[in-house]
Amino acid sequence: MLSAVSPGLGARPSSVGVPGALPRLLPGGPASLKGHLARYGPLPRPGPGRENQTALIAEIDRAGLTGRGGAGFPTGRKLAAVAAGRAPVVIGNGTEGEPASAKDKVLMARSPHLVLDGAVLAAQMVGASRAVIVAHRDVRDILGQTAAERRRARLDRVGVTVRAAANRFVGGEASAVVRWVEHGVPAPTATPPRLSDRGLGGRPTLVQNVETLAHLALIARYGAPWFRSVGTPAEPGSMLVTVLGAVREPCVLEIAIGTPVGQVLDLAGGPAAPLQALLLGGYFGAWVDAAQAAGRPFSAAGLADLGAGTGAGLIAALPAGACGLAETARVIRYLAAQSAGQCGPCRFGLPAVASELERIAERRTADPDLLRRWLGQIDGRGGCAHPSGAVRLVRSALRVFGAELSQHAAGSCSGTARVLPVPPPGPR
Amino acid sequence: MSARLRVDFIACKGRGLCAEALPELITLDDWGFPIVSGQPVPSRLLPDARETVCACPLLALRLEYHSQLSQ
Repeated sequence: MLSAVSPGLGARPSSVGVPGALPRLLPGGPASLKGHLARYGPLPRPGPGRENQTALIAEIDRAGLTGRGGAGFPTGRKLAAVAAGRAPVVIGNGTEGEPASAKDKVLMARSPHLVLDGAVLAAQMVGASRAVIVAHRDVRDILGQTAAERRRARLDRVGVTVRAAANRFVGGEASAVVRWVEHGVPAPTATPPRLSDRGLGGRPTLVQNVETLAHLALIARYGAPWFRSVGTPAEPGSMLVTVLGAVREPCVLEIAIGTPVGQVLDLAGGPAAPLQALLLGGYFGAWVDAAQAAGRPFSAAGLADLGAGTGAGLIAALPAGACGLAETARVIRYLAAQSAGQCGPCRFGLPAVASELERIAERRTADPDLLRRWLGQIDGRGGCAHPSGAVRLVRSALRVFGAELSQHAAGSCSGTARVLPVPPPGPR
Repeated sequence: MSARLRVDFIACKGRGLCAEALPELITLDDWGFPIVSGQPVPSRLLPDARETVCACPLLALRLEYHSQLSQ
């Protein structure tokens, strides 16, 4: 089941969309520097001046690359904002605190050099002299060895260090990553200031997901038209997805953005049971009806009217034998415990929402009014997106599993299968 | 120039002074934390809003002016 999505095991290439064009990020073969350079060619070396930086950023802009960590912000705009500041720093975010997601770990294990290429190039684009990769502890050593290999080869003019990420869901939030690197505290900070104005050590800071950096390294090599040759015109390129739950071969795949959801499930071996719903995006994502979503393109535009998006590339298949309300309750209980506890509505509201969902899932109430009231009181009221993300998930559960509320009241829900991975509560 | 109230929820500890001082614009949620509307503060309430911002013992309440929001 989930073990099949662990780094280096579950990844396999796909060739959806343009034949022969994918996978771009997940090659077979050794991840040595020699193998890496043989496959992708040498790292472009932008000249020092501001014009060279600007030209490279413009190329990223033309490529239409967006952040692959879940928020989908245009990478070119972020680069330009940070490049405008003095003495900036680059952080590659490989925290991947989401327990169901494996795509960043697989990428870092399989293509560590591509991630470091991206970090070095991003640093050169914004005029930074150092980059820090914050990597999930499972792959921290791989990246550390990769960085050492590059130092021995005197490959980079930018100093790259690797740090182990905080083992916490909210620790992956951009400002929390900065605070973790600086103070060892994995909790978000208030906005303003924006990180692009004042982040690590008070410097303008670029925080990019590691997959985003890997794409950036390839756009710098092959150009924007190459990048745009797969995907959709509005959402170009490829993306990594983690497919898990009731599929025959849970795995990490690289797909062209816009590949039909049903086709992605087939690439993961197809459904292992009749499916009722899919969780798309991640634990801050949304449930959708499985039949309704199957023909939809996996893209923001293709999923918007279902209330879902691509998020961090998660697709979790819920079989008919599981209870979506109970699954959601387990995830929300986990997210409540993972809150940094800094903001009242999140600290007190999420446990309350979790309890109310548990009451519904355990058939102790069929009235979602109190739940809806609290969702309204939590949404948008925190220093980061943690509470809003959890609210989004619960609202989608009420939408998709709403019909089951009455079944729960009648005591006819028999769903017992557990699908979504939720780590046991541990010390904070 | 229009101004909106904004809460820094990391700083806010739910003391509730703001809701007592400015009930026209601030209510409390079920856990005692302020709910502010995202609408511009009516000009007749601006002096009260400024005073309430200054009264917050944790400096968690802010008035944000339109030019700041559109950055």
